[in-house]
Amino acid sequence: MGKEKIPRREAINYLLGAGIGALGVATLIPIVKYIIPPAASGAGTSSVSAAKVGELGPNQGKIFKFGNSPGILILKPGGDPSSALGYVAFTAVCTHLNCTVQYREDLKEIWCACHNGHFDLNGKVMSGPPPTPLQEFRVAIKGDEIFVSSEET
Amino acid sequence: MTGMNKLYNWWNERVDLDNLLAFLKHKTVPHHRHSLWYYVGGMCLYLFIVQVITGILLLLYYKPTAEAAYESVQYIMTEVPFGWLVRSIHSYAANLFIGLIFVHMFSVFLMKAYRRPRELTWITGVLLLLLAMGFGFSGYLLPWNQLAYLATNVGTNFAIMTPFIGKWLLVFLRGGTEVTGATLTRFFGFHVAVLPGLTTAVLGLHLLFVQRLGMSVPLSIEKEIAEGKAPRKEIPFLPNFLYRDILGWTLALGLIVLLSSLFPWELGEKADILKPAPPHVRPEWFFVFMYQTLKYVPKAVGVFGFAIAGVAWILLPFFDWKSNRGQPNKLYTVIGVFAVLYMAALTLIGYLAPGE
Repeated sequence: MGKEKIPRREAINYLLGAGIGALGVATLIPIVKYIIPPAASGAGTSSVSAAKVGELGPNQGKIFKFGNSPGILILKPGGDPSSALGYVAFTAVCTHLNCTVQYREDLKEIWCACHNGHFDLNGKVMSGPPPTPLQEFRVAIKGDEIFVSSEET
Repeated sequence: MTGMNKLYNWWNERVDLDNLLAFLKHKTVPHHRHSLWYYVGGMCLYLFIVQVITGILLLLYYKPTAEAAYESVQYIMTEVPFGWLVRSIHSYAANLFIGLIFVHMFSVFLMKAYRRPRELTWITGVLLLLLAMGFGFSGYLLPWNQLAYLATNVGTNFAIMTPFIGKWLLVFLRGGTEVTGATLTRFFGFHVAVLPGLTTAVLGLHLLFVQRLGMSVPLSIEKEIAEGKAPRKEIPFLPNFLYRDILGWTLALGLIVLLSSLFPWELGEKADILKPAPPHVRPEWFFVFMYQTLKYVPKAVGVFGFAIAGVAWILLPFFDWKSNRGQPNKLYTVIGVFAVLYMAALTLIGYLAPGE
């Protein structure tokens, strides 16, 4: 070790390869960083006004914008429109393949049209391919506005 | 290494790599005192690839509407990591690209490299210059700033002078009778779809011709070789010529990144049709010699003069009988030098004495 001589050509080839490799890495780092987008405004949304009191009748649902994705607000059958307890809210993004779900007034269930997934009004999967329940949001009423927030219920 | 061999054999069986490698191994490039000019073409090719890559990156964030274009470029410059670098490289490399195409073209012209049998290489080359200027003109508008808006107004206005179809051409270019958001969306389409498609096709032909015919050796050198005054020297393309190419490309990228870091490309102020033009508005530098000429001659004379000169320039090789026979042609050298001096002088006047 140590005393062995590296042939000149081999050393030069090594330096050339290392130089080109370093240049490649120095080119790729900015490109990879550029491709990853800066955090979008709205992505960290935790509370939005989803609807006005009276907008929904009992056994009706509404899809609202929660940050950059849809949420679903439902006034339960027989629920009181002026009490937060009458409502439930979930993310409207199906846990199966990210389709947007809807409220089926005839079934009184949340339904995903893409692959016939059914959820009950607690967000639990009743049938179909969705693997996990819909994430539930908290509902609060302030004045005549219904607020939905993603904090733990 | 058997893994590599297996991989090689798999591909060789299907696309005949042996044949391709033999071609590359035997490919040589003439080596003489003028061979430095051979590297300019490869440099243009390299810069085109840089433009394709940075252009695709800009597409990830750019929004081609009058309402959002300026803000999206602002976002790229200020919010996206290394966005300022990507856009500045795209702008600097674009200008270097066009500058080097001019250098490439005039070096080819003065060495009479367009002579038989390379007329088609010349024609595709001039077409590539025109396409590059189209890229420059359309790309300039995309940030939707005030100067770009004015320049596009002036530039597209010349379309109306085209015989018979002038009015139609103007509306086609602008997407209406005036420069509006419709023009921006249209220019975006030209810039990222139409021109890249055309350029890829013409560039493919250009490179095919270069490969089939090899590099042209200037007549003066050919004469020396024929008279036994100098030996015919060649260097292998792989790796000698390619290493020199790569060295040049690395230096060019270094220069562009240095300029981008020290002087990031400006964005200007957002286009506003209600603002009057500031004094001394100029188009991009590679249009200045034509723009300046129009200050001295009537518009019609200038526009048709350049149109005729452009067509003549493309067809020049077919009328250079002397060079095609292998004899020196002083007249063509004079024409070439005059063209370079004319363009350089009018560009300089345009910048140094904008009021003249």
